[in-house]
Amino acid sequence: MARRYETDVLVIGGGATGAGVMRDLALRGIPCILIDRRDLAAGASGGNHGLLHSGGRYVASDAETAAECRRESELLKRLAPQCIDDCGGVFVAVEGDDPDYARAFPDHCAAAGIPCEELTPAQARKREPALPDSVIAAYAVPDASIDPFRLLLENVGHALNLGNNAYLPHIEVEGFEIDNGAIKTTRCRDMRSGEAVEIHAKQVVSATGAWAERVARMAGCDDVQLVYSKGTLIISNTRIGNGVINRLRPPGDGDILVPGGTVSLLGTSSVTVSDPDDIHPTNEEVDRILSEGADMVPVLSDTRFVRAFCGVRPLLMEKGAEADGRKASRGFALFDHESEGISNFATITGGKLTTFRLMAEKTVDLVAARLGNTAPCRTATEPLPSGDALRWTEPGAAARDWHERADATDTVLCECEMVARSVVDSIVADAPGAEDHMSLKAIALRSRIGKGACQGAFCAMRVTSHLYDAGIYDGPDGLAQMRDFITERYRGVRPVLWGAQLPQTELAEILHVGLAGLDMTPGKEKDGTS
Amino acid sequence: MKRTSRKIETEFAVVGTGIAGFAASLFAHARGLDVTQVGHSGAIAYTTGYLDLLGAREGALLDDPWAGLDALRTLAPGHPFARLANDDIRTALSEFIAALNTGGIGYTPVGARNVKALLPYGVTKPTLSVPETMQPGIEAKEAGAPTLIVDIEGLQGFSAQEFQTNLAAEWPGLRTAKLAFPGLDGRQVFPEVMARSLETRATREAFAELLRPLLGEATHVGLPAILGMRAPDAVRADLEERIGATLFEIPTMPPAVPGIRLREMFEQALPAHGIRLEPQLKVAKVDLGTDGARLTLHGPMEDIEIDAASVLLATGRFLSGGLASDRQHVWETLLDLPVRQPASRDDWYRATYFDPRGHAINRFGVDVDEGFRPLGANGQPASPRLFSAGAIISGQDWVRERSGAGLAIATAYGAVRAAAEVLRQPAPRYSAGALG
Repeated sequence: MARRYETDVLVIGGGATGAGVMRDLALRGIPCILIDRRDLAAGASGGNHGLLHSGGRYVASDAETAAECRRESELLKRLAPQCIDDCGGVFVAVEGDDPDYARAFPDHCAAAGIPCEELTPAQARKREPALPDSVIAAYAVPDASIDPFRLLLENVGHALNLGNNAYLPHIEVEGFEIDNGAIKTTRCRDMRSGEAVEIHAKQVVSATGAWAERVARMAGCDDVQLVYSKGTLIISNTRIGNGVINRLRPPGDGDILVPGGTVSLLGTSSVTVSDPDDIHPTNEEVDRILSEGADMVPVLSDTRFVRAFCGVRPLLMEKGAEADGRKASRGFALFDHESEGISNFATITGGKLTTFRLMAEKTVDLVAARLGNTAPCRTATEPLPSGDALRWTEPGAAARDWHERADATDTVLCECEMVARSVVDSIVADAPGAEDHMSLKAIALRSRIGKGACQGAFCAMRVTSHLYDAGIYDGPDGLAQMRDFITERYRGVRPVLWGAQLPQTELAEILHVGLAGLDMTPGKEKDGTS
Repeated sequence: MKRTSRKIETEFAVVGTGIAGFAASLFAHARGLDVTQVGHSGAIAYTTGYLDLLGAREGALLDDPWAGLDALRTLAPGHPFARLANDDIRTALSEFIAALNTGGIGYTPVGARNVKALLPYGVTKPTLSVPETMQPGIEAKEAGAPTLIVDIEGLQGFSAQEFQTNLAAEWPGLRTAKLAFPGLDGRQVFPEVMARSLETRATREAFAELLRPLLGEATHVGLPAILGMRAPDAVRADLEERIGATLFEIPTMPPAVPGIRLREMFEQALPAHGIRLEPQLKVAKVDLGTDGARLTLHGPMEDIEIDAASVLLATGRFLSGGLASDRQHVWETLLDLPVRQPASRDDWYRATYFDPRGHAINRFGVDVDEGFRPLGANGQPASPRLFSAGAIISGQDWVRERSGAGLAIATAYGAVRAAAEVLRQPAPRYSAGALG
């Protein structure tokens, strides 16, 4: 017998858009269930710069997206300040970049309504000392950095507080039962227990990003057509810029450096891939990002990087458009699927992290109308409240908290990021998606565990021991969780293994093999070794 | 203050203060050589304390390390172990263990088979020799003895519950308890601090008072490795008498006591035997000459020049600084000895962390001849008087093979033997000094 759920709206996909849809529905009093085949932010929502675009990036290519970014970023700075570091940004051209492109920038900004202030090279270097002497043009724009993990957690957390809904991680859609032009049942599988799950909903929303075409096809809809553009980024061990540093040239590799608390993120590559699954950052992409980035910020050549990661941008294929990730539209699209003969299904995809709220609003407008709900959207006016178990994803937050509390008995489990025992306890107890035998990976997603210089070498063992001690783990699967977590961390570390980060991994292997024997212990997830 | 300078002349200079370096100093001293050992702190605090010889091959654990070594000579002739006979390796390990025993840290003798040593997370590890303080745990597990595992409040990365849960199926007689270490209750505690504290009688008394009521039916008690720093066997015996049960230690996360014990013991014992030891200094430069080498070191207040008739490089791998890398290359840091490597960084690491074949980079290192002399660019020894030992040698993966201590000790033995042969020959008359 399958586990059964009934609700008004099933939202598929725990990315920023799905989380935004869940909150928007909750604010309009509409019950829903949010599912994800993995966990929150597992796709592009967790695989990006964390850049809250002023819109400057798109002024030359897509004025409409640029203006949307401007409106949405202004709104989010006001309504969700806890997720945002309003650090500002600069666009800089260096010797060798096209001076005409640079000269046109202020006019393009003006057309999209984006504030833009010209800086002399000296002013630019005063603002961002990491810039080189070769700066030929510079403009300040209201870019900011945003913590996508916290943003998602806060959206889901607020929705859960409003009630009448649920978030279920690791539930994968296997198919839809369609009757009389409507989805009656969504057949799913609990990827952790293997159990069959059936969800009966009046409306189904697919907010599955790069997987939206596949999900739509499961419902027999051929109208969603995507290009998959893989973007790879690297994370430094320390913060490099004061604010966002963009290269003032047509978008290319390694041309955006975004601070994220105590670290910085450099990206991205843009590689068209045929399959959004099983993507990994490569050494070649890392080398390319780094050599391009170093023209703009020379210190990057000598910077220690702790990790590389990637996401897949779901780009909308437009009729006759060539399959080039950089030139395709960064806009979003809402499909009502009525032309495909389904009356209670909608797909929202494309777009940017910066515009997630607007995407959710448009989607819920459609769904609410179909349900006969006339409550207005409130996400453009209602501030996003802060949840207590949700504030641990920002680099530096746990360390600040620990120092302020000065409680010597609250031992630090992760020394790189100063994550204390109490933080892990609060996540296991209260964070959205908290569950029995919660995986290290799920705890790490909701904190900075495993994200510092040691990339999990020490904290994986300490947190696992603590979870056994606290009775959260009560069987041998704790070791399997540790192995899975370490295996997953390694994928991101591998492309940055040289210089100072390499000995760290050597030590990690000494501990993981010599002290924990994990190379001979089975994991829970397939990792290609068995 | 003015910087001073000092010159040392020696027959055998050892660079590195890990197990390979300490073993080389012991062996060289035993052969009557004049020895000077230098190096910074090294990675010895990362050891479990177990002396592994060969515990795994190609993703499978080994019971019989000696048969494993025989197989290695055929299957992997480039492996450093293939340059030594089993008898030599056995002699090397036995001599090393005898020195540890003399120095006050009891270790079990070299046996015919590996033992299944306990690890903190409830997995066992095949190893050759273990500290006497850890041996009863192996026996208790084999006998299924009623055993109490005790962890300490505020000690990170060690949970009695975790140990018990993961071993419960094989060892049903396990129970767990937790206690607050006397005088340290509540806060984060470190194994090193507890170990030093247990060297005082008052702490042992208080600790035994806390342990005794927890015993119940248990005949054995397992603790994280904290039973003293300088005299662990005496600390254990005293506590056993106080509680009336057999005690054993389980390794902990680094920095861990068993490795610190070894380092402190050597730092005390080697100078006492007349070996010059400069343990906190990093060698800045090695200049090879025809009849030896000159080592340059810069201390905080003085510069040291060591003129050595022979040099042993036991500088370890990346973690200890013997090897280094950038995005394109791996190199040896002191002499820029050739390190054979693939053309691209893509081939350093496998796609999957726990790939049973291990990562290629772990086998990079310096190539050596039969006498453990590193080879130069022309495939010939870089110098007849330069030797190497331990993890810096290419063609092994000591972490996956569980062969770290064995490799360090055996290659040190082989290198010292070869060095002694060279040093016994009369010095060439046409040396630079004689000509000048």
